[in-house]
Amino acid sequence: MDNGIKIKSEDVNFFYGKSQALKDINLSIYKNQVTAIIGPSGCGKSTFIRLLNRMNELVPNTTLTGKIYLDGEDIFDLSVDAVEIRKRIGMVFQKPNPFPKSIFDNITYGLKVNGAKDKSLIQEKAEEALKKAALWPEVKDRLHESALKLSGGQQQRLCIARCLAVESDVILFDEPCASLDPISTAKIEELILELKKDYTIVIVTHNMQQAARVSDYTAFFLMGELIEFGKTQDIFTKPVNPKTEAYITGRFG
Amino acid sequence: MKKNIVQNLGFFALFLCIAITLIFLGSIIYFISIRGFRVISWEFLTQGPRMGMTEGGIAPAIVGTFYLTLGAILFALPLGISCAVYLCEYSPKGFVVNLIRISINNLAGVPSVVFGLFGLAVFVKFFGFGVSILSGSLTLGILTLPLIISSAQEALLAVPQSIREASLSLGATRWETIKNIVLPTALPGILTGVILSIGRVAGETAPILFTAAAFYTRGYPNSLFSEVMALPYHIYALMTEGIHPEQQTAIAYGCSLVLLVMVLFISGIAIFIRQRQRGAHG
Repeated sequence: MDNGIKIKSEDVNFFYGKSQALKDINLSIYKNQVTAIIGPSGCGKSTFIRLLNRMNELVPNTTLTGKIYLDGEDIFDLSVDAVEIRKRIGMVFQKPNPFPKSIFDNITYGLKVNGAKDKSLIQEKAEEALKKAALWPEVKDRLHESALKLSGGQQQRLCIARCLAVESDVILFDEPCASLDPISTAKIEELILELKKDYTIVIVTHNMQQAARVSDYTAFFLMGELIEFGKTQDIFTKPVNPKTEAYITGRFG
Repeated sequence: MKKNIVQNLGFFALFLCIAITLIFLGSIIYFISIRGFRVISWEFLTQGPRMGMTEGGIAPAIVGTFYLTLGAILFALPLGISCAVYLCEYSPKGFVVNLIRISINNLAGVPSVVFGLFGLAVFVKFFGFGVSILSGSLTLGILTLPLIISSAQEALLAVPQSIREASLSLGATRWETIKNIVLPTALPGILTGVILSIGRVAGETAPILFTAAAFYTRGYPNSLFSEVMALPYHIYALMTEGIHPEQQTAIAYGCSLVLLVMVLFISGIAIFIRQRQRGAHG
């Protein structure tokens, strides 16, 4: 797809049982840009990004209508395997969730399940991913220690590195700093800005300053609807919709 | 002031309960050890019985219990873990699965002698395995299945959903996720179930009564289809049969001590493995 659109959602509606979580979402996510999704709790922002890598399928009793395209291809088409989509779209979760294995095994897990066998290549990719995630200097001497011994911020960067080791080109961040201290948060934000060169990034965040700092585009969700979408600068300086203005000026949420 | 007194009384009552429990546990170990130790000797542990069960040792019964327990665990462990994985990870949640769960829990409540009769009808007679290690192991295995399934289920449910999601989000299939992430993480918990099962299986008498146990065999079992002597049944037989009650009672205490130590030893191995697992990545 031209015009720089990486992911496009068309008239997406999503239901948990009978309750509607998303209403007619039409949203384009641009290549090599950071798109932030903001909104109060329960507005559907996490639900939305979990659709992009088909994670919501694991929740029983849900219904989806509408289409989501990745590079012009409908990801919900019957011929498309969810596992393939998840290889192309990485995800970093709200709470750091390293596997209870060594740092090295965490990094190489994605490579191994995707069929990598060559040991030196795996080693190389692991190092590269840790370097990209700015974690290499801190862990290079303790790769075979348990990942659970790392601090929360290090664990989250390990989770990012784990994504990077797989050959994806989109990374979804679901409130990645929700459980981190300000210094760790700053490191992750720095990293996101760095990763933008090679990846398309979508970040869900509660923190509006964070959205303003890291994103190029911002989407504001409220009660399952996309209220406003545009360049971050515009959203934060001259929002069109009064609800957006009310939210970003802190009048509710 | 008054509140403090009430609190102290409360703590004291709780402490008393613990003390009573420990006294029972301690006195079991004490009496069995004291009485059992008298007959324990190298000969007792390594030789077969002689002179109408009044002399010699219980080695065939030790070996028999070991085989039966091992056989039961080898049968029940893969089956039980598979059931638990299916119930926790694959099956659609709903009425049928709940029914299966309730059935499994009820199975745990069936008296062990009923399992014994079932084993007699199915393994000994219908499949024609005869009174043998195989029949006894299978019967004991079925007896312990509910315990293994429910402890494996608990261990699987305790694996955080977030690491399952992490694995799936990296492009692993559900099977790869279960094999590489969920099962290894749940392993210490599953081992706890195995420990409990070993204790139960090694000590059960009723299920092997009609399916495996013999009061006396010459030498050691040499195939899956051999009858075996087993410690719990041996204790039972010594106390109810024979014509030398005094010597037999002494030997029965010796058997009890050996059984106790065996169970503790096997459990100890499992605890050791579990601690190492936890220690490695905990």
